[in-house]
Amino acid sequence: MKAALNLRKVGLGLAAPVLAILVAFLVTSTVLLLAGDPVVAVWTQLLTVPRPRLVVAIINGASVYYLSAVAVAIGFRMNLFNIGVDGQYRVAAFAAAVFAGQGWLPGWLNIIVALLIAVMAGGLWAGIAGWLKVTRGVSEVISTIMLNAIATGLVSFLLSKVADSTAGSNVTNTKTIPAPSRVPGFAMIPGTPNKVYGFILLAALVGVAYWVVLNKTRFGFDLRATGRSETAAVASGVSVKRMVLTAMLLSGAAAGLVGMPLLFGQDFSYGTTFQPGLGFAGIAIALLGRNHPVGIAFGALLWSYLEQQSNGLQITVGVSSELVFIIQGVIVLAVVIAYEVVRRAGLRMEQRHVARQLSDQPGPSTPQGASA
Amino acid sequence: MCAITDSAHSEVDAGSAGGPAVELRGITKRYPGVVANKDVSFSVQRGTVHAIVGENGAGKSTLMKILYGVQRADEGTILVNGAVVSLHSPSDAIEAGIGMVFQHFMLADNLTVLENVVLGAEKSHGIADRARAEIERISGEYGLDVHADDLVADLGVGKRQRVEILKVLYRGARILILDEPTAVLVPQEVDELFDNLRELKSEGLTVIFISHKLDEVLSVADSITVIRRGTTVSTVDPKSVTSRQLAELMVGSELPSPSTEESTVTDRPILTITDLTLAGASGRDILHDVNLTIHAGEVLGIAGVEGNGQAELVEAIMGMRDPTAGRILLEDSDITDWHTREIREAGVGYIPEDRQRHALLLDAPLWENVMLGHQTQPPNVRGVWIDAAGAKANTERIAAEYDVRTPSINVTANSLSGGNQQKLIIAREMSYAPRVLVAAHPTRGVDVGAQAAIWDQIKRARREGLAVLLISADLDELIGLSDTIRVILRGQLSGEFDPDVVTAEDLGSAMTGAGEGVGEVR
Repeated sequence: MKAALNLRKVGLGLAAPVLAILVAFLVTSTVLLLAGDPVVAVWTQLLTVPRPRLVVAIINGASVYYLSAVAVAIGFRMNLFNIGVDGQYRVAAFAAAVFAGQGWLPGWLNIIVALLIAVMAGGLWAGIAGWLKVTRGVSEVISTIMLNAIATGLVSFLLSKVADSTAGSNVTNTKTIPAPSRVPGFAMIPGTPNKVYGFILLAALVGVAYWVVLNKTRFGFDLRATGRSETAAVASGVSVKRMVLTAMLLSGAAAGLVGMPLLFGQDFSYGTTFQPGLGFAGIAIALLGRNHPVGIAFGALLWSYLEQQSNGLQITVGVSSELVFIIQGVIVLAVVIAYEVVRRAGLRMEQRHVARQLSDQPGPSTPQGASA
Repeated sequence: MCAITDSAHSEVDAGSAGGPAVELRGITKRYPGVVANKDVSFSVQRGTVHAIVGENGAGKSTLMKILYGVQRADEGTILVNGAVVSLHSPSDAIEAGIGMVFQHFMLADNLTVLENVVLGAEKSHGIADRARAEIERISGEYGLDVHADDLVADLGVGKRQRVEILKVLYRGARILILDEPTAVLVPQEVDELFDNLRELKSEGLTVIFISHKLDEVLSVADSITVIRRGTTVSTVDPKSVTSRQLAELMVGSELPSPSTEESTVTDRPILTITDLTLAGASGRDILHDVNLTIHAGEVLGIAGVEGNGQAELVEAIMGMRDPTAGRILLEDSDITDWHTREIREAGVGYIPEDRQRHALLLDAPLWENVMLGHQTQPPNVRGVWIDAAGAKANTERIAAEYDVRTPSINVTANSLSGGNQQKLIIAREMSYAPRVLVAAHPTRGVDVGAQAAIWDQIKRARREGLAVLLISADLDELIGLSDTIRVILRGQLSGEFDPDVVTAEDLGSAMTGAGEGVGEVR
C-alpha cells in the first residue's frame, strides 16, 4: 500500500511539469501561427538531436543554472523570495576573480580560497537583505531587487578601478587567472573537442548538500517547518528571525558559487562580458523543479537545452531566437498554476484515500432512522 | 430507546403562520473523508424560530452553508416558499430572501455602521441619506438599537451582532440563519438577542437558529430539529422535551461528561506566575498583575470572553511574548526569559488554540507533525541529524495508543478530520513526558467522540501529576474538568471559583464584570 502511495506521489509530481510543457507548446504554436511563422519547422529545429558541441554547451549551461536555482530554492523552502541571486553571484564572481587573478596562492589553494571568498561575498550581499528583514521588517523581495541594482553599479565601478586594461580593447576585465589555478574540464562527450566544466562536480556537490541538510538535519526540519507554516514553527520553538537570517546567508552563499564554473572553466576573469541574468533563470528553474534537487537538475537541463537549440532558429527557419523566452515564460507561468491544481487534486485524492481506508475499519455506527 | 422520539416525532407546527418558508429534502453532502450531511430533511414554518441542534461536528454548519449557497449539496432539493431553488452562491440565497449571520462577524472596525451595511449593497438604497434612513427604519422596527453613524470599533459584541443582523435585513432577507449566535455572547447579551429574535418573528420573519446549547434553544425556539452525525434525527416541540432528552437525541444513547474523578491536587507548585504584566500598544495593559499557581495534579481552568488576554497569557507562558514585568517559574527554574524551544524542552506541553495555524504542518506527513515542537528531543533526532526511523516508530506507537484514526503515518495532517488532528496533537504533547500541559480550547470544533477522548487525556494528565492550564469557552467543560476556576477580564484574573458550586451564570457575570466580587466562594 505504501508503494502505491509513493507511485501516486511520483505520478502527481510529474503531472504538473509535463502539463506545463504541453501548455507552453500549445501557446508557442499559437503565437507562431498568429505571426505567420512556420510552426513545424520551428519545432523541428528545436527538437532535433543536438550536435555533440551543443550537448557540451547544454550541460555546461545547466550546471551554472543548477547552482543558481538551488540558491533560489533554499530561500523558497522557507517562503523567502531571494530575487537577488543575480546581484549576489555577480558580486561574488567579481570578488573571487579579483583575488584569484592576483595569483598570490599556488594552484588549487588559489581556487579553494577564491571559492570561499565567493561564498562569503554572496552570503554577505544576501545577508544585507536578511538583516534588513529581521531588524526593520523590510520585504526581502524589495531589498534584494534594490541590491541587484546596487550590485550592478558597484561591480562596474570597482571593475574600472581594478581593470587589467589591455591596450586597443574596449573590454574591461579583471586580471586573468594563472593557468595552474584553472579547473580542467572533462572530455565527456565524444565527437567534439569541447569539454564539460570540471565544476559540474561542484554543482552536484551543492545539490547533494542541499538535499541532505534540508531533509536529514534538525536545521533543515526547522527551515522546512518555517516555510510550511511560520506560525506553527514559532509555536514549536523555532526562532524565525534567526532562521530568516541563516536562510538568506545560505542562499547567498550558494548564489556566490553560481559564477564559479564560468570563472574557472571558461572565462578565467570577470569582465563586462561575464554572463548576465543567471539569477533570474534560477528563479524560474527552481519553480519548475519544485525546489527538489533532482527536479531542478531536469529544469536546468531543459532551460539550457532550449537556449542552445534556439540559436539556430534565425539561420535555419528565419525566426528570432527570442521565441525561446516566450516558451520559457509560459512554462513558468503554467507550472505555477499546474502545481497548485495538482496539489489540490492530490490533497483530495489523499483525503478520499484516507476516508476509504478508515471506512473499512469498524467506524461509528450508522445513525438510526431519520425523521421525515 | 429514547421515549420522546416517538411522542414528539410528529411534525410540529408551533406558531405556524402559513406554509413552510424553507423546506429541505434529502440533502446529502460528501467531503473527502467524511459525509458531512446525509439525507437531511426538515421544514421550517414561516414566522417561527426554528432551531437546529447537534454536537460540534454533527454537520450543522455545512447544512447552513448549503442553504446559504456557499456549498452545493451533492443530492437533495431546497424549497423556499414552496418553490424549488438552486443556490449557487450567497447572492442567489440573498435573492431568494435568505440571509446569514456568521459566528465570526464580518465587519470593518474602522467604518461606521452605515458604511458596513451598504458595503456590497450600494445599489439598493445608495450610500448616503436614503441608506441612513433605511437603516434607522429597520433598527427601529425590529428594536435593534443600532445607529447608522456609530463607529463599529466603539460597539460591543452584542451590538455588533445586531449590526450583522441589520446588514442581512437591509438586503431584504425574510429568512435569517444565525450560526451559533450565542457562542460569542455572555448570558446577559443572550437574553437581549432572544428578545430581538422574538421581535423579528412577530414581524413575520423566519429565523433558523443553530446552536448546541440546549437551554437556550428550549427557551427561544418554536421547533427544534436535531442533527446527529450528519443526518436529521428528529424534529421536536420544545414544550414537550427536556434538555436531558434533547441531549440524548443529540449524542445518541450515552452522554459523555467532562467531570473528573476525586481530587489529585498536591501541594507541590509546578507552574507559578507572579505579577505578570504585558503592556499593550494603546497604553492599557493586555495582562495586568496576573498571579496564579498550578500544583501537580491540578487543572486550573480559565474562563473569559475571548479577547480578554487569555491568548496572550498562553503566549507569555510559552515564551512567544516577552512580558513587561513579572516572573514565570517552572518548579524552581525561572523561565520568564527562556526561549520557546527551551520551555518546551523543559517539559511544557502546548495545545494551541488554533490547531491548523499553530500546531500542525498541514502539508507534512503525520510523523513530521509528531516531531514538531519536539524536533530537538529523542527519539526524533540524533545529534544534528533527524532520526526518521525513531520518529516514525514513535508516531506509530502514539497513533495506536491514542486512537488517532489514520491508515498510515505517511499521510499529510490535512487529510485527517479535525478530531483526529486534535487527538494527534494531544498525543504528541503527552508523549514527551511533560510536567505542565497548557491547553487552549482543546475540544473546539471536534466531534463528540474525539471530545470525550480529549477529556480523558486531560483527566489522565491530571492523574499523572501534571499541572494543567485549561482555557476554554465551554463553561461546562471548564466546570467539569477543573479543580479551580479563575475568570480573566480585561487582562486581570479574578479570585478562585470552586467548580463544585459555581454555576455557568456566576461565571458569566464575572466574565462581563457585571457581578464584580459576586460568587467568589473561596
